[in-house]
Amino acid sequence: MSKRPLLVGTIGLALVATGCGSSTPENKPAATGGAPAPVSAECKPYETYGKHEGTKVTIYSPIRDKEADLFQETWKQFSECTGIKVTYEGTGEFEAQIQVRVDGGNPPDLAFFPQPGLLERFAKAGKLKPASPEVTKLTDEGWSPDWKKYGTVDGTFYAAPLGASVKSFVWYSPKMFTENGWQVPKTWAELMTLTDTIAAKGIKPWCAGIESGDATGWPATDWIEDIILRDLGADAYDQWVTHKLPFNDPKVVAAVDKVGAILKNDKYVNGGYGPVKSIASTAFQEGGVPITTGKCGLHRQASFYANFWPEGTKVAEDGDVFAFYLPGNDTSSKPVLGAGEFVAAFTDRPEVKAMQQYLATADFANARMKLATYVSARKGVDLANAQNPIDKLSMEILADPQTVFRFDGSDLMPAAVGAGTFWKEMTAWINGKDTKSALDAIDKSWPTD
Amino acid sequence: MNHDFDFGAEQPKLVVLLLGVVAFLAVVGLILLLLDRFSSRPGLILLTPALVLLTIGLAVPTVRTALLSFMSGDSRRFVGVDNYLWMLTQPEGLLTLRNTLLWVVLVPVLVTSIGLVYAVLVDRSRFEALAKSLVFMPMAISFVGAGIIWKFVYTYRPEDADQIGLLNQIVVWLGMEPRQWLQEPPLNTFFLMVVLIWIQAGFATVVLSAAIKGIPSEIIEAARLDGAGPFAMFFRVTLPSIRPAVLVVLVTQAIGTLKLFDIVRTMTNGNFDTSVIAVDMYNNAFRFGETGKGAALAVFLFVLVMPIVWYQRKLQRTR
Repeated sequence: MSKRPLLVGTIGLALVATGCGSSTPENKPAATGGAPAPVSAECKPYETYGKHEGTKVTIYSPIRDKEADLFQETWKQFSECTGIKVTYEGTGEFEAQIQVRVDGGNPPDLAFFPQPGLLERFAKAGKLKPASPEVTKLTDEGWSPDWKKYGTVDGTFYAAPLGASVKSFVWYSPKMFTENGWQVPKTWAELMTLTDTIAAKGIKPWCAGIESGDATGWPATDWIEDIILRDLGADAYDQWVTHKLPFNDPKVVAAVDKVGAILKNDKYVNGGYGPVKSIASTAFQEGGVPITTGKCGLHRQASFYANFWPEGTKVAEDGDVFAFYLPGNDTSSKPVLGAGEFVAAFTDRPEVKAMQQYLATADFANARMKLATYVSARKGVDLANAQNPIDKLSMEILADPQTVFRFDGSDLMPAAVGAGTFWKEMTAWINGKDTKSALDAIDKSWPTD
Repeated sequence: MNHDFDFGAEQPKLVVLLLGVVAFLAVVGLILLLLDRFSSRPGLILLTPALVLLTIGLAVPTVRTALLSFMSGDSRRFVGVDNYLWMLTQPEGLLTLRNTLLWVVLVPVLVTSIGLVYAVLVDRSRFEALAKSLVFMPMAISFVGAGIIWKFVYTYRPEDADQIGLLNQIVVWLGMEPRQWLQEPPLNTFFLMVVLIWIQAGFATVVLSAAIKGIPSEIIEAARLDGAGPFAMFFRVTLPSIRPAVLVVLVTQAIGTLKLFDIVRTMTNGNFDTSVIAVDMYNNAFRFGETGKGAALAVFLFVLVMPIVWYQRKLQRTR
C-alpha cells in the first residue's frame, strides 16, 4: 500500500512529460502565426470557456454504456472547440472505487456523484475543490435552493446538479383504467379506494420488486421516503435523514406501517409474482412488468422505469403504460421525491473549471435532451426537447412552484445506513420482520461520529 | 470510441507494465550480481526478495488492518475495542457468527464424507473414470457462476404460474406448493451450503480416491483373508490408512469455508439471515465506509483461520 502513491506519482510525471512533448508542435504554428485562428460558427457558443489546447479532463461516473455514450456525444463539440480532451470512465462500482482512487492518490478531475451523502464524505475529508464563482452563479440561476443545498457541505458550495429523476410515480395501464372506468387518483384516500376497487375486481392492485443485487431493498426504502415526506412533512424529512428524528420514532413507525398496509398485505400484492415475500426476490427491473399482462394494476417506481418495460411497450398517456404522480394526502401541496447526480471537482486546473462550468449550463442540458431520454431539474431547459412524455411530465413536476422537492433519503444518509441497514432491514421487513424491530436495528446502526 | 483500444488512453497501464518488467529484470540481475560477489551467503540473498514482498504484501497489511480495527469508521479516532464489542453484541453480528460456525462445522465434514463415500463406491468399478470426472466437473465452475446456477435452481414462481426453478418444479410434481427456499431462515443457509458441497465434493473424491489407491494391496488381501466384511474393511482398514489425506481435505475445506464470500453474496447478499463474516467484512469496509468495523471482522477471521493453518503445518511435518 505504502508503495503505491510513489509509483502513481512517477507515472503521473511521465504522463505530464509526454503530454507536454506531444502538444508543443501543435501549439507552435498558432504562436508563430501571430493572430489567433478565426472562431467557426459551431464554436461561437463555446468561446466563453477559452482555449485549452492539449489539456485533458478525466471524469469518473456511475453512468455507463449507452447513457455514457450519449454524454460523450453531447460534449463532443465543446471538446473540439476548447481543445479539452475529455476522458470519461463509467463504472458499476462507483461508490467503492471512487474511495479507492482517491485514497490511492489517483482521483479523477471530475466525478458525477449520485449520492450527496458520499459527496459530503469527500468534502469533509478536504478532497474536493469548492465550485468556481461561475459554477455557483449558474447554479443559483438554474436550480432551486433545495437542489443547491445537496451540493453544499458546511456552507461551502461544491457541486452543481447534472441529471435528475422523479421517484414519486405510480405506473399503470391507461387501457386497463379506461376499460374499467377507473380514474387517476388525486389524493392518498382516492389511491387507497382505487386499490380496493382493483382488488375487488380480482386483480392484485400492486406489484413490486426490490431485488437489486448488492443494493437489494432500495425500492422499498423509496416507498418509505415518499410516505415520510407526505405524512411527516419536508422539515421532519430533513430531520429524519440527518438522524435528528430517530429512525424508530413512533411517527416513522406509523409511516412505515402505512407502507406496510400496501406492501405487506397479501390482498394487495404481489401482482403476477405471488405472496408478499416474493417482493424480496423479484428483480426491481421486473417489478412492474405484470401490468402489461393485466396481472397487476399499480407499480410505484421512478421515471427511469420507462426504460424497463418489455420491448414494444408504448409509454404514453394513451399508450400501454404511463405514470401518475403518487398523490399527497391532499391536493394543496406536492411533495416530490427524486434523485440526481452532482458534478464535483477534485482538481482546479482551468480546463477542469471550464468543463464543470459547461456541465452546469442549460445549453448542456438541452443538447443532452435532444439526443435521447433525459431529465433535468434546471430552469431554462426547453421542454420541447423532451424525448418522451414521462420525461416531460417529470420536468413539469420538477418545475412546478407547488412542488416541494426532496432528495432520495438513503442517498443522503451515511452509507452504513443509507446503503446498508436501511436496505437490509427493509428487505427483512418484507420477509416478515416486524416494523419496530427493523427500525430499532436501523437506528442502532447509525454511525456515532 | 469507448470500446476501441486506444494506445493513448492505455498508456498508463503500458507504462506500469513496462516498469514492472524492468524492475523484475533489475532485481534478478542484482541478485545474480550479489551471489557472484558474496557467494558465502546464498540463502540470505535468495530469500531477500521473497521476504521484502511478504513484508509489503502480508506483514504490513496485517499490522495496518489490526491497527485500523481499533479506529473509528473514518480511521481518524481511536475507539478501543468498540468495533469488536459491536461485532460480538449486535444481534445481526451474532447471527453472522452463528452462520459462519455452521458453515465451518458442516461443510468440511459433509464434503469429506460425501467425497469419501463416493470414492469408495466407485473405486475399481467399471465407470470409475467417468464417475469421477462427473463429480469433479463443478470444480471448474467459479463460485459466482455456481451461485447463479443454483439461484435458478431455487427460483420461485407462484403456484398458478410455470415454475422455472428445478427444485420448485420437482416439488410441484410431487403435489406440494412451491416455496421461496432462499427466504426461509434458517433452512436457507443449508440450501446455500449445498452449493459449496456440490463444488467441493469432487475435490475430496479425487484426493481421497488417490489415497485409497495408495493402500498397499497386501494389507487389503490380508484383511480379506481374515474375513473382514465391507464395513470392517472401510472402518478398520481403508479409513485408518488414508487418515492423513482425510485430514488434509478437512483442513483445506475448513479454511476455504471460513473465507466463504462469493456464494452468499451472489445468492442472497447476506439477506434473510444468511450473512457470513467475509460478506459483512466486505460490506463494512468497502461499501459502508466503516473501515474500523470491516477491519475488526478481518482480524477476527484471521484469528479463526490461524489455528487451522497451524494445525495443517503440524500435519505436514508429521507426514
